[in-house]
Amino acid sequence: MDTRYTYYPGCSLHATGIAYDKSMRAVFKKLGSELAELEDWNCCGATAYMSVQKTVAFAVSARNLALAEKTGDDVVAPCSACYYALKHTREGMAADPELRAQVEEALAAGGLEADLSVEVRHPLEVLLTDIGIPRLVEAQTNSLEQFRPACYYGCQIVRPFGAVDEDPELPMSMENLFTALGARPVDYPPKVRCCGGMLVATMPEVATELSMDLVDWAVAREANCIVTVCPLCQSNLDLINVTTGGNGASHQIPVLYFTQLIGLAIGCTPEEVGMQHALIPSDAHAPPLRGAPLTIAGSREG
Amino acid sequence: MKTLDPLAGPIAPGVLSKTEQELRAAFLDEIDRIPGGARLNQCIQCGTCTASCPVSHAMDITPRQVIAMFRAGAIGELLESRTIWLCASCYHCTLRCPAQIQITDLIYALKRIAIEEGIFPKRFPVHVMSETFTRNVKRYGRNYEVGLLLRYFLGTKPMGLFARRRAGYALWRHGRIKLRPDKIKDIEQLRKIIAKAETFDLPQEKVTREKVTAAVGYESIGR
Repeated sequence: MDTRYTYYPGCSLHATGIAYDKSMRAVFKKLGSELAELEDWNCCGATAYMSVQKTVAFAVSARNLALAEKTGDDVVAPCSACYYALKHTREGMAADPELRAQVEEALAAGGLEADLSVEVRHPLEVLLTDIGIPRLVEAQTNSLEQFRPACYYGCQIVRPFGAVDEDPELPMSMENLFTALGARPVDYPPKVRCCGGMLVATMPEVATELSMDLVDWAVAREANCIVTVCPLCQSNLDLINVTTGGNGASHQIPVLYFTQLIGLAIGCTPEEVGMQHALIPSDAHAPPLRGAPLTIAGSREG
Repeated sequence: MKTLDPLAGPIAPGVLSKTEQELRAAFLDEIDRIPGGARLNQCIQCGTCTASCPVSHAMDITPRQVIAMFRAGAIGELLESRTIWLCASCYHCTLRCPAQIQITDLIYALKRIAIEEGIFPKRFPVHVMSETFTRNVKRYGRNYEVGLLLRYFLGTKPMGLFARRRAGYALWRHGRIKLRPDKIKDIEQLRKIIAKAETFDLPQEKVTREKVTAAVGYESIGR
């Protein structure tokens, strides 16, 4: 089993998504897999570059693939936008010889070449496929029974590629994972809806509506936390609590990364998985949304 | 900002203005570079895209209408719409389209033409975000969130910063704001790659235009 990966954190995981970075590293370390950060990686281009210049968007993203090919390990990209951009670059170049020739010429100007040999993967799929639920359950030290997560997948990891979960309309991989770890995921119909993404800056009224809807659904389904796979989703949903101002207890719902929840289950400390960076606290010291306090202590029997 | 000829739409059925012909040619060039771009003429106007779009309620032209308007020869109006700047790239339309049209990528193509042509809806500076983003990448190699938002809001709507002070403070207090940008070591390499790639994106005489037009099946409309 290949237990070494090239880690592509992306820009957000060095700033607003720092808790995702910490929990990624903590979980992979605990499971004995090596995450080697890609040396001198650059921005993936996200959705913004594609709006301006197409070939440049591909070339910027392809530099990362070219650098990653030096080790040959699969690239793990936790941010949905990075995952999509890198995968789209790889698939787009493979499908379009003219584009590939142009991108290769651009890379050659920087002394690089890309043979598209490395796979681009999302950590959710890596943890479920390479590690697998049985091994995660085996590694479990703490119960997640206090958690009633609304599992939120968002957009770009489930579509258009559909490599993370076999059903792009109704993914269940996180639900299956967290049920196995003792949590009680709620039925969450808007799990693949858009959080608004960068519209939070450019058209806040539209983005707020989308994010608020996701929070309202989670509250209505009596979830006590929302679990996300993307730093932008996490920021948008977490900030709703702050930006809409004084909305009372009804929207104080913690928004966690799936890796934080896994980390807590397999014995990482709350600090190790970056719980201190959440705007809405969900650790043992703060009351969660309605109902019983969330505790992350309480080890599993035996 | 470029103002469009008010008669930019179809002059008569099957007859397009000069502006519209130019925009159409640019768009056809763009969609030729999208895998499966020619599937555009497979649209059956079922409206699945509009129904799946999380922001269609806020659009002035829905995704289904985007395709209909392109066929009707009204690209000028499409480029001036809110729609192309509202798309958040969630790909739900693309996933569900029964004709497998890459609608999200088509909207990207429209955004690129709008930026290229300098056509933007008034007081609607979404493109500034994309352009600021690309400048950041050229400068540092990475995106710097604080710099991006500061530049964006100072350049477009400074009050937006004031409105976000609580959000900014909350993020800062929780250690999620970085005060200095990360710069990659080999920024020169990245700049060389970008400079080379840009030569392929510059407007150039496309030899493929005839092929594209024929493939999409609109050659008779364009005359």
